[in-house]
Amino acid sequence: MQQAGTIETTLEDSGTVTLRLGGGFDMDAGCADSAAAEAMLAQGAKLLRYNADRLENWDSSLVAVLYELEKLAAAAGMPIDRSALPHRLAGLLAMAASIGNRAGDTAKICNGPISCLGAQTTEAWREMLRFLDFAGNTTLALVDLIRGRSKMRWRDFWAVLQNVSVEALPIVVLISFLVGVIIAFLGAVVLKKFGAEFAISYLIGYGILREMGAIMTGVIMAGRTGAAFAAQLGSMKVSEEIDALQTLGISPNEFLVLPRVVTLVLMMPLLTVFADLVGIFGGYLVAVSMMGVASGQFFIGLDFVAGLNDFALGLFKAMVFGVLIATSGCMKGMQCRASADAVGEAATKAVVLSITLIIFANTIIDWAAAHFNV
Amino acid sequence: MSAADTHIQVRGLTMAYGSRVIMQGLDFGIARGGVTAIVGGSGCGKSTLLRHMIGLLEPAKGEILYNGESFTAAGTLRRAEMLRRFGVTYQQGALWSSMTLGENVALPLEQYTKLSAQDIRRIVQLKLALVGLAGFEDYAPSDISGGMRKRAALARALALDPEVLFFDEPSAGLDPISSRRLDELILQVRDSTGATIIIVTHELPSIYAIVDQCVFLDAETRTMAAVGSPAELRDNPPSDTIGRFFRRDAEEAQPA
Ligand SMILES: Nc1ncnc2c1ncn2[C@@H]1O[C@H](COP(=O)(O)OP(=O)(O)O)[C@@H](O)[C@H]1O
Ligand SMILES: [Mg+2]
Repeated sequence: MQQAGTIETTLEDSGTVTLRLGGGFDMDAGCADSAAAEAMLAQGAKLLRYNADRLENWDSSLVAVLYELEKLAAAAGMPIDRSALPHRLAGLLAMAASIGNRAGDTAKICNGPISCLGAQTTEAWREMLRFLDFAGNTTLALVDLIRGRSKMRWRDFWAVLQNVSVEALPIVVLISFLVGVIIAFLGAVVLKKFGAEFAISYLIGYGILREMGAIMTGVIMAGRTGAAFAAQLGSMKVSEEIDALQTLGISPNEFLVLPRVVTLVLMMPLLTVFADLVGIFGGYLVAVSMMGVASGQFFIGLDFVAGLNDFALGLFKAMVFGVLIATSGCMKGMQCRASADAVGEAATKAVVLSITLIIFANTIIDWAAAHFNV
Repeated sequence: MSAADTHIQVRGLTMAYGSRVIMQGLDFGIARGGVTAIVGGSGCGKSTLLRHMIGLLEPAKGEILYNGESFTAAGTLRRAEMLRRFGVTYQQGALWSSMTLGENVALPLEQYTKLSAQDIRRIVQLKLALVGLAGFEDYAPSDISGGMRKRAALARALALDPEVLFFDEPSAGLDPISSRRLDELILQVRDSTGATIIIVTHELPSIYAIVDQCVFLDAETRTMAAVGSPAELRDNPPSDTIGRFFRRDAEEAQPA
């Protein structure tokens, strides 16, 4: 549909621009063409006037155009005479022109690629400092707790404990079983090429005990529990519950963070024990049923290569991961901004941060283990 | 009120959530171009009535007519056409938080018109300027104050040049100055758009300042207790509850 209404422009010698509105203006037909009027206003007129004798129906599509033209006129310091306009149209234009809040320049973080790279790097550095700061405060709260000077809520402790142990077990067991199966499949393909099927138990033993048991448990708990911590503390932040604690002189670190960190550090190794057992069992099933490895041979091989130190290394990792997951989850929750969508954001950030930290920490621990021959 | 002047007619409306009846026997008309307040105690069903009027909830009994045409009985397509003529601001603001203010106002335009991106931008600028937020197109709802959010929600409600504007507790959570400013804005909108305005509110100052007609819902009797102008209801209250409501300051002055 073509716009029926027109805006005709005349410029008198006295410098008065008259906008002659004619016909009907309807939003369904798009906004009226105002290029001619804009050009004329730019020529330095002295007064803007209207003529609405032939104006029929109108709606916002006309008001929006006139508002733009009036802004041009006002910027040129031109007075505007709306007396010829219908009462309501003039009212709308006056309303739009009245000054409300002023939009300040939104502060840009950076401009240009190099400056942006710098800004991101310093932000990453600051994030690390914040993490260390937060972890430090939590450690101090822990020290207070051990010396009997802090007020951790034991009721919270038991509730969180149940959530991160029994309730997490089914998913940990399921995933670990499948990971054991996957490692065995991997071994089946590679080892068969060398006729070294007997070595499958080496692969599974080392793979599960030293690496995958703890890592998979960590990843699951990051997604399940780390995100939940961030969401819980985040929504408490939004509803000012954390502020309410602070004004009572209760440290949210002791009250909320400590129970979560302590339970996760205690429970991660236990979950990992289950993960190890079930993972090895999954690998065993594949080895025996698909690769024709004798059952006894599998366990002799397992016992031959994998020792208590491999098992202990896995549990140590699990504890470290527990600290990382709980700390990142709680930190992201406490850093949550005070709006509803910030809670989801906090949960996402917590998961990303904890998985990243898990992988980094794992690399460092592996390197150290190789160095010290553990 | 002559029949021709009646914009909205509520007939024998019963509202219920499942088997729980909230209000029954609501019967009133709303004049074109006026400001009507729905008042009553907290939880008596004001928001529920509003949600019935905009089709978010279906009446258990009775019907609602706009311009003499039944909204309740209208088919899906006809209803969408009627909805286009409504503008609503919700109790919680309900600006879409993942969009900028400009995108919030633009969405109804994109949904209902075939305007070009350029024309939509122009209309968005106008609507934000109308509520005193010129230049805030690129701000996120979380970046502005509560009073500004209410006005941004009004800009979105105004996007399609509505004939009926609904406000659910517009001044809840605002300071007296922002709240007065919003009242003035509502009056300006009524004068310059001619829209019929329906507003749920507790604020006596707002009620006396801008409202032509009050519909009083009584939580105890579960029905409409009175219709009339605020001054009428204050000076000749049909019941004690209503009298207390409209003379709240007088009651507060008494010793407990
Ligand atoms: N979705 C719902 N389901 C069931 N009951 C509801 C629902 N929403 C509101 N109610 C109940 O209906 C009553 C009226 O609510 P509402 O209309 O929100 O009150 P208000 O007058 O404060 O706006 C309240 O008692 C409330 O508990
Ligand atoms: Mg309500």
